[in-house]
Amino acid sequence: MESIIGIEIYPIISLVLFFSFFVGLLIWVARTKKEYINHLENLPLED
Amino acid sequence: MSGEIQKFYYDNKIVKMFAYATGIWGIVGMLVGLLVAFQIYFPALNFNLEYTTFGRTRPLHTNAVIFAFVGNGIFTGVYYSLQRLLKTRMWSDKLSMINFWGWQLIIVSAAITLLAGFTTGKEYAELEWPIDIAIAGIWVVFGWNMFATILTRRERHLYVAIWFFIATFVTVAVLHIVNSFELPVSFMKSYSWYAGVQDALVQWWYGHNAVAFFLTTPYLGLMYYFLPKAAQRPVYSYKLSIIHFWALIFLYIWAGPHHLLYTSLPEWAQTLGVVFSVMLIAPSWGGMINGLLTLRGAWDKVRDSAVLKFFVVAVTAYGMATFEGPMLSLKSVNAISHYTDWTVGHVHIGALGWNGFLTFGMMYWLIPRMFNTKLYSEKLANVHFWIGTIGILVYAVPLYFAGFTQYLMWQEFTPDGFLAYPNFLETVTQIIPMYVTRSIGGTLYLIGALVMFYNIVKTIKAGDFIANEAAEAPALEKAFIPKLGEYWHRPIERKPIQLLIFALIVILIGGAVEMVPTFLIKSNVPTIEAVKPYTPLELQGRDIYIKEGCYNCHSQMIRPFRHEVERYGDYSKSGEFVYDHPFQWGSKRTGPDLAREGSKKLRKSHSWHFNHMENPQSMSPGSIMPNYPWLLKKDIDIESTPAKIRAMQTLGVPYEDGYDAKAIDELKAQAIEIETKLKEEGIKHADANKEIIALIAYLQRLGTDVEK
Repeated sequence: MESIIGIEIYPIISLVLFFSFFVGLLIWVARTKKEYINHLENLPLED
Repeated sequence: MSGEIQKFYYDNKIVKMFAYATGIWGIVGMLVGLLVAFQIYFPALNFNLEYTTFGRTRPLHTNAVIFAFVGNGIFTGVYYSLQRLLKTRMWSDKLSMINFWGWQLIIVSAAITLLAGFTTGKEYAELEWPIDIAIAGIWVVFGWNMFATILTRRERHLYVAIWFFIATFVTVAVLHIVNSFELPVSFMKSYSWYAGVQDALVQWWYGHNAVAFFLTTPYLGLMYYFLPKAAQRPVYSYKLSIIHFWALIFLYIWAGPHHLLYTSLPEWAQTLGVVFSVMLIAPSWGGMINGLLTLRGAWDKVRDSAVLKFFVVAVTAYGMATFEGPMLSLKSVNAISHYTDWTVGHVHIGALGWNGFLTFGMMYWLIPRMFNTKLYSEKLANVHFWIGTIGILVYAVPLYFAGFTQYLMWQEFTPDGFLAYPNFLETVTQIIPMYVTRSIGGTLYLIGALVMFYNIVKTIKAGDFIANEAAEAPALEKAFIPKLGEYWHRPIERKPIQLLIFALIVILIGGAVEMVPTFLIKSNVPTIEAVKPYTPLELQGRDIYIKEGCYNCHSQMIRPFRHEVERYGDYSKSGEFVYDHPFQWGSKRTGPDLAREGSKKLRKSHSWHFNHMENPQSMSPGSIMPNYPWLLKKDIDIESTPAKIRAMQTLGVPYEDGYDAKAIDELKAQAIEIETKLKEEGIKHADANKEIIALIAYLQRLGTDVEK
């Protein structure tokens, strides 16, 4: 490669991928049921 | 989960061993830290010995604290919490033991080789290639044991602490392997595979993520386990922990270039580093808030519990350091902080506050439990807490003053347009009172740690160790039927391998986006016709420069500021470093920059360097640089020259074919030339065979190519 021209496509792909990942993550977290979270957060206290 | 109830035993022995190692190496690392803190203003403490001089003791301090103290702290916490969170014993006691003894052996060999002068010259990655291979091996053993334990667990869901452990394992492996690419020249000597700008980028991608994935993510895992345990309540928001986990590992990996602001690293890479560093404040504070708010409604417990006090200060220090970090990544702030003691103050808020205090809190909580007793003295633990907290403040605050003072002096011009403090030494002597105060802070902190040591020993003596702690839990059903309508993220949490792969992808992208263009696109490192490879003597001199750890106090990177150009000459260009395996840009100026030490502007006589290395105070009264008398006595390792030339050729340095055969003759010829000149200048005992000659050749070469 001789120059940086045309390289924009890679950061754009990364941006789209990660933006979707984090939006998906937020939606999932928001919709997760209380009892499931309760089970997880109490794992360290069980023994 | 209604399998039959199974009985099993947690392995406390391995936890105990790692806890002891943490305590012992912690004291050792802090003692060496104290030594270097004193050496910096009292050069006689370098003892005129190569093995005890700052350039070697400072890497010993950093390596001891990071890899020996915090490293063993990580293993202590992981081996304790992993078994309990997964309701199973560690998969293999044998692997646990190999992990333990292997790690201790690495630490001992690191201590010996660093003091003996074996170093790659890359900060926090100084260890030479055979030890690098051993580290990779033991790290794999740790990961293997951890994954096998996860795969044989009795609890289907992986608590968030385990995600942090997995991300730590995979990322540290990637960082260590990529940054340790080096070409062995002999046993215990290698050259970095990368050169100049590229080496700098890889090194600080590694360096910053050593902070992220060795000092932060595993300790966040420990925070998520031990803080709820000590407060006896679940973490404030488990949902927040999920979001901040993914955001943290994704953002952190991009932040490395903030260590290279205003250097010759391409501008776009610096900008990426800044942007991601600023964004990092969000997940970091997500973690801090989650830790502190876990104590909601339980703050009264903090008053009575030394453990919680330590945790509260640890998490607060984490919050302070992760606020300061993004601020230091802003270019205008970095212009002030870089190369000064501000950075040293910043990292010690993290090391002493976050890592140190979290470790202490964990020890005070763990040891009595494993020994089935109560802590010998809660009062002494409180004493430790207060001495330590005051120690941190007395340590850090003077260094902030020192950083600002020195920067302000560096950049001040007189009304006539000259540097107000043209002699670098003036800016050093000015801050010596701050160095003295800092060492008092360090002493207080160490006294606190010794109080803990006593308290823990007394507790152990009073207790009865439970090597195998009985527990029971239902077996995990083999066939798990996911509920209908389960969302996409949930399966990841049940499947450690997928979690590992996801984490790996997330961290690889940031590194790849920054590194691939810097390596592949020629326009990023414009070549300079006049820059030529080092002569054999200069190459040997450069290796002595690396061996003595000169980069610990001297940078070789002039930033494009008026005051730096005025002081050191034209700002550094990336093309000037293309033959530098490894790069030696440094990160701290306890002494002046040396990038153009041999240039017309800065050039001194050979005899000046000769006398200065033997006794710096003779040339610069009041200098705090150590003496290097052995350079006048030790012979240059001439026989290694052909192999070094061949290694450089392999790495792409354009020495002509067959140059290795005549390298020794050329080296001797240049050495005689320098000897003759020294004798002319009145140094009658100058000897062409000695190391000092090679070092002079190297120093006089610096910055001269571009003047041709």
